[in-house]
Amino acid sequence: MSESKGLLKSHIVKKYWMAATGLFLCLFLVGHLAGNLQLFMTSYEGQLQFNEYAVFMTTNPAVKILSYLTYFSILFHAVDGVVITLNNRKARPEQYAYSKPGKNSMWSSRNMGILGTIIFVYIVVHMQNFWYEYKFGETPYMLSDNGAPLLMDGSEVKGGEIQNGAVYLNGDQVGDAMRDLYTVVQSSFQEPLLVAFYVLGMIAIAFHLVHGFQSGFQSLGLRNPKYSPLIMKAGYAFAIIVPLLFAIIPIYMLIVA
Amino acid sequence: MSTAKGMKLTLKVWRQKNAESKGNLETYELEDVSPDSSFLEMLDILNDGLIQKGETPVEFDHDCREGICGSCSLYINGEPHGPGRRITTCQLHMRSFNDGDTIYVEPWRAKAFPVIKDLVVDRSAFDRIQHAGGYISVNTSGNTQDANAIPVEKENADQAFDAATCIGCGACVAACKNASASLFVSAKISQYALLPQGQVEAKDRVQNMVKQAQEEGFGPCSNTGACEIECPKGISLENIARMNREYLAASLAK
Amino acid sequence: MSLDSRIPEGPLSDKWTNHKNNIRLVNPANKRNIDVIVVGTGLAGGSASATLAELGYNVKAFCYQDSPRRAHSIAAQGGINAAKNYQGDGDSVYRLFYDTIKGGDYRSREANTYRLAEVSTNIIDQCVAQGVPFARDYGGLLDNRSFGGVLVSRTFYAKGQTGQQLLLGAYSAMNRQIAKGKIQMYNRHEMLDVVKVDGKARGIIARNLVTGEIERHSAHAVVLASGGYGNVFFLSTNAMGSNVTAAWKAHRRGAYMANPCYTQIHPTCIPVHGTQQSKLTLMSESLRNDGRIWVPKKKEDAEAVRAGRLKPTAIKEEDRDYYLERRYPSFGNLVPRDVASRAAKERCDAGYGVVDNDTKEGVFLDFSSAIERYGKEEAHVKGLKNPTKEDIQRLGKNVIESKYGNLFEMYQQITDENPYETPMKIYPAVHYTMGGIWVDYNLMTTVPGLYAIGEANFSDHGANRLGASALMQGLADGYFVLPYTIGDYLADDIRTGKIPTDTPEFEEAERNVRDQIDRLVNNNGSKTVDYFHKKLGLIMWNKVGMARTKEGLNEAINEIAALREEFWKEVRIPGTAEELNQELEKAGRVADFLELGELFARDALEREESCGGHFREEYKTEEGEALRRDDEFAYVSSWEFTGKPSEAILHKEDLQFDNVELKTRSYK
Repeated sequence: MSESKGLLKSHIVKKYWMAATGLFLCLFLVGHLAGNLQLFMTSYEGQLQFNEYAVFMTTNPAVKILSYLTYFSILFHAVDGVVITLNNRKARPEQYAYSKPGKNSMWSSRNMGILGTIIFVYIVVHMQNFWYEYKFGETPYMLSDNGAPLLMDGSEVKGGEIQNGAVYLNGDQVGDAMRDLYTVVQSSFQEPLLVAFYVLGMIAIAFHLVHGFQSGFQSLGLRNPKYSPLIMKAGYAFAIIVPLLFAIIPIYMLIVA
Repeated sequence: MSTAKGMKLTLKVWRQKNAESKGNLETYELEDVSPDSSFLEMLDILNDGLIQKGETPVEFDHDCREGICGSCSLYINGEPHGPGRRITTCQLHMRSFNDGDTIYVEPWRAKAFPVIKDLVVDRSAFDRIQHAGGYISVNTSGNTQDANAIPVEKENADQAFDAATCIGCGACVAACKNASASLFVSAKISQYALLPQGQVEAKDRVQNMVKQAQEEGFGPCSNTGACEIECPKGISLENIARMNREYLAASLAK
Repeated sequence: MSLDSRIPEGPLSDKWTNHKNNIRLVNPANKRNIDVIVVGTGLAGGSASATLAELGYNVKAFCYQDSPRRAHSIAAQGGINAAKNYQGDGDSVYRLFYDTIKGGDYRSREANTYRLAEVSTNIIDQCVAQGVPFARDYGGLLDNRSFGGVLVSRTFYAKGQTGQQLLLGAYSAMNRQIAKGKIQMYNRHEMLDVVKVDGKARGIIARNLVTGEIERHSAHAVVLASGGYGNVFFLSTNAMGSNVTAAWKAHRRGAYMANPCYTQIHPTCIPVHGTQQSKLTLMSESLRNDGRIWVPKKKEDAEAVRAGRLKPTAIKEEDRDYYLERRYPSFGNLVPRDVASRAAKERCDAGYGVVDNDTKEGVFLDFSSAIERYGKEEAHVKGLKNPTKEDIQRLGKNVIESKYGNLFEMYQQITDENPYETPMKIYPAVHYTMGGIWVDYNLMTTVPGLYAIGEANFSDHGANRLGASALMQGLADGYFVLPYTIGDYLADDIRTGKIPTDTPEFEEAERNVRDQIDRLVNNNGSKTVDYFHKKLGLIMWNKVGMARTKEGLNEAINEIAALREEFWKEVRIPGTAEELNQELEKAGRVADFLELGELFARDALEREESCGGHFREEYKTEEGEALRRDDEFAYVSSWEFTGKPSEAILHKEDLQFDNVELKTRSYK
């Protein structure tokens, strides 16, 4: 086998990719959270700001590149994870009759595959709930405080009408209408079962991060006695705070309503 | 002390006639085991009784019985080398158990460590990993330069020593849910990477040893940290990070 | 056959250089056609295999362990001596030579010992180049410690694991050659006979310990690096598998056994805890720097301690007998190993032992004085005025912990007693055998083409070995001596061609091995191998141990012969010969110990003097010290096998001392 082939097949290289995509997704989480936190603003301005943000996130070319990178990372992370998990299993064909792995490692560290699968299911449902709805579904439209339609850039079209997602003024199409993702979110989270599902998804992400955050640094060889305790602590903080904030949003929306 | 009360124990021991046959857990009862006996001395007592009864004794690897040769290799009550920390099975004493306990004893389990018989496994994969690069290419001619010609920073020398204390017992593999040999491989890579003498061949070494470990059938590292906790010599996970670093640098360079 | 030690002519310091210059060489192209078998992969065997392979020979290396890295050299703790004089404290090759000769109680060869001291410096250079992580100081240079009563700091070390690091260095050198195909490694193989063709060693018979297969292996020369035979005592600091079989089979094929009675009994080991015990653990000799050894002055106190009625800490200072300080005021607790061991035995025999085992063998090693002394020093350094008792204790314990922490931990792990609070209990244990196969200056035995190196030979330590010298000898033999001296012999073999194994000689040797195995497996006796091994060990310990008498030795000879007979009638081996069968392995080894033990006792009986590790009650001074008799016994006892240990013939190699003056060792 040639050197380069060996590299592609190498367990360690697979872990580099796992770490690189995983840590990138951690950054993505921060960005996503920053956007979501706007949902706490329940006023009209808040609603408008969130919907404008949604427009920005779906139209800005730089964000587009980032989002493709994110999709790629999620898919690669998942596929790579499946391959690694299969490799993991192959290395011990016969299991111990009696084993106490809890004595030497955390549950989450040993069950990243299961956690990852839960998270993947969560992501599919989540995308279907909002991303698909927003792009292709029967989404309500954002209106100005005067009840007039809004264009994507937020400008009000007084006396305008919305048809098939476009705003018409006097029969002429003036642009695409701003959709009201905020309301979609708000109405979705009136359903306690869905809220519970989201909270569970966040718990899975929390456990995934408890291991994954510091593990990513370890896989890339970023460890030394001075900084590693810091990375460890930062990892725990990240794993608790980020999913917690994510999870509070649906609960908040359920309660406020 | 001989005055101490003897312990009564139930043992569930893995018995397997040879590599091809299927094994199973057998139950044995032992009485009057001294709490001051080591775990292996307890197995000696078991075997003595089995031989007297005309049965075949339990085979297990052991040699120095002072925790340094790395021969002993038992998965005791669900953990490599049993419940103690920083000790090998031969340093585990029966006072770590209670009178009346049931104790499970199994061999290391990994694709790369096939069972030879009972509790004895074949760890020659470890040797082959060392053949792939676990050395510095210097002739033993006696004409090498003076030992003090190249000073080595004390911290590096100490860390190289800490990595070099690996006894090659395989507890890291046994503990790892993926039967990964990363701690073992990285300990040797680290020892040499930290010394000026070892840096000359560092890139080839890390690539060849890592490749060999994978070909032997050891799994990937999941960074669970189980190996570090079960390692009788306390080899640090830092070595695995160093290996990952070295491998990355080597892969980018060639 | 007369013994020719083949010591080169010329002044002592030039002998090795001259010899190397005149030795015959084999050209590289011819080396490729020459095979060498090395049995054992410890420091000596591992280093020899690697170096021979580097030189171009085809090496076949054998070890009974599952990897060469597990050989028992790995357990050596303290360090390795070398006359580097890095500390500038006046060390030199001559001083190292002199200390070794004197430490060996003037029973070793001057020329061999000098060569050992001479090549010692190369070892350190070599090991550093191999990546052995020796301890270093803050300047990045190699650190040294002093050891075992010598007056200079010449011991290189890697914490308490020097043997491990050196062995792994040799193992790495082997790995390089295994990868190149120059060493063929046979793990889990045990050598069971030497094959001689036309009087020369031309191969071995080995058993594959996994499959039970009996294999023939041929070579142009055979090197034995199979270690010492301390396990003849059953309990020792050796590994469970350490054995005399390879050496003994060679002895039976004509290799003389030299000074088998020279055994080192190390004074600081953890005492026996009970009859279920399988091995003894050494505590580094360095503990005697700060620990004081004592037993109770009153027998009733000793009894009460053994019964657990009296705590050692409750015994008043005036009721303690610091017997080493009493007997040897100038060296005190730091007398050499043999002296310290005998003194402990003397007190325990007199009924003052403090351990409640079957033999009541054990003395205290007490750190309370040291803790107090260091505590006061520290308090002074820290500027504490009027420190409390607790302060002093705490500070003192910290100092002790920093010096001996890992040893204290190990002690507590094994005994479940906290040595910071209550004195350690120690007792001497069998540790190393200075005796072994007789070799000439080239390390060749009396069988042409058969070599012995490391602890397996008798060569460099005389009647007592100094601390940190075993590692030095193993590596010196393997890296720097044997690979060159063996060429002198192999130069005749460049046209021999491969040695065939389908010859009557191999046939006979294999049959020999098969017969013994069949006999053992089919014996159907009623007793386990350990039963006999333990019994042999007790005879050896009680009658051929630290203090020997004519009467006791004669008894031992008879008892061992009788035990051997019983062994062959009564031993029971479960399982078959065609599988992994550790009982069968043990049985073969114990069968050989049962022969060696008798020769061992005969050698001790014949040597009517006391020297080093050999102490005869009849030969002591009025103060009870060892009485050496240089006029009659300044020779190497070399035994030729003629069919039975009792009929072995003694050959004497007289020792010439031209460079040192024979003196009585005194530690008063």
